[in-house]
Amino acid sequence: MRKIIKPCGLHCIKVKDLGVEIGGQVILKDINLHIHCGTLTAIIGKNGAGKSTLIKAMLNDVRHTGKIEFKDRENGHVQKLRIGYVPQNLNIEKHTPVSVYDMIASYQSNYPVFFRKSRRLYGEIKESLRVFEAEALIDKQVCNLSGGELQRVLLSMAVMDEPNLLLLDEPVSGIDQNGMELFYKRIEYLKEHFDLAIILISHDLGYVKKYADHVVLLDERILAQGSPGEVYSGEAFQKTFAETEVQI
Amino acid sequence: MEMFTVWWEYGFMRNAFFAILIITPLFALLGTMIVNNKMAFFSDALGHCALTGIAVGVVLGISDTSLSMVLFAVVFALLLNKISKKSAASTDTIISVFSSCSIAVGLAILSKGGNFSKYSGLLVGDILSITGREIFYLILIFAATLGFWFFAFNKLNAVSLNRTLAKSRGINVNLIENLFAVFLALIVMLSIKWVGILIINALLILPAASSRNIAVNMREYHFFSIVFSLFCGMLGLIISYFTNVATGPMIVILASVIYFCTYFYGKKIG
Repeated sequence: MRKIIKPCGLHCIKVKDLGVEIGGQVILKDINLHIHCGTLTAIIGKNGAGKSTLIKAMLNDVRHTGKIEFKDRENGHVQKLRIGYVPQNLNIEKHTPVSVYDMIASYQSNYPVFFRKSRRLYGEIKESLRVFEAEALIDKQVCNLSGGELQRVLLSMAVMDEPNLLLLDEPVSGIDQNGMELFYKRIEYLKEHFDLAIILISHDLGYVKKYADHVVLLDERILAQGSPGEVYSGEAFQKTFAETEVQI
Repeated sequence: MEMFTVWWEYGFMRNAFFAILIITPLFALLGTMIVNNKMAFFSDALGHCALTGIAVGVVLGISDTSLSMVLFAVVFALLLNKISKKSAASTDTIISVFSSCSIAVGLAILSKGGNFSKYSGLLVGDILSITGREIFYLILIFAATLGFWFFAFNKLNAVSLNRTLAKSRGINVNLIENLFAVFLALIVMLSIKWVGILIINALLILPAASSRNIAVNMREYHFFSIVFSLFCGMLGLIISYFTNVATGPMIVILASVIYFCTYFYGKKIG
């Protein structure tokens, strides 16, 4: 993928009154967010607070009320929002005959992957993997990648279409401390070099404090949001993470 | 040499040969996705519901029970797909419940008045009884499936890897999954008479499972699956002719042997 211009700061994504109800149970309600390009928004909260559901609602994977708008701030034009997504995990077990090329080509193209490799597509995929130094992995089996390698591949795939918004769902599970630091470095690189906004679900409050521009504390609704400093010192945060404070 | 030509003299053997030439690659193709999606149980249940489909036809007084069988299987497949997605219980439990229930209803109806022996041939199948006209139908479904595979395989694979990710890429996940289930139902029903309820699933699963033992990407996966499937089909037919054993089981025995060979080979090369 070509490196693009610095984030312009002129686009914004607005989530208005988003709510999700599954089987009569309220999972999310009154979610209002305002996200600018070139920023990293971290979503934190207890298990079962609805973090993953929020991401799924933004992807239209679960039915929701309210709306999501993508606007040009200068002239107020509403545009179509392109969303890149990095899932928590893949349904893949040992010995699954899916190479990195097969996986990315399946999502990116209609040219059947069981057929002869398309040289053009192969080149494109390799090029996009280069952003995260993953081009050497292109012919490897996805199930044999380490956690960090898979992460790089998934990130490369997510930014292939030059999305306006990147959603990352708890991507740090299964990665060691060193890998985590690297991961957040990569996110920072993306943020600075691509014209996109990033929303990240994270459990690691330490890294969030260090890297996020905006923090949203979620539990069914938004308990608090603002800069990491603001949120972390608030009462809602103390209550939610009373037992896990050691992490910070 | 005569050994390889003598069976060719018989029309029923030639028909069986052509039928196998069509059925086995089809099964190999569909099998790749069945195995990757862990749908072995699903396709097994589909095979079992053939009896119920016939029973429904008998009850409704439809003269061509193949029609009711195919329709029933399509409805059954779509229903299974929907329910296993909605329900909180695990998929294999639900499939098992549906499968046993449907086969019990089928057996109950067909065995009424002690007439079941009329249908028991369906359990083992008989490829040698296939006619030219029926081969023609197989060719039609073969072409349709090939078209579907070219158009939809990437999407199927994308959905299989991660549903939400597929959705975020604008893939209509439900449509793709349902189409796959319908194609599976059609093919299983149209070939069940020749292959038999008891072993049809083995033919779907074994070639792909063997291929998976040694393949490292999608091209190899498909290639080996088709090669194994065709090879077992052809050889099984010829051996069954000379040994006077039913063709279906012979093909499955060969496919199993290949599975074990690839299993150990795959282990060896890691």
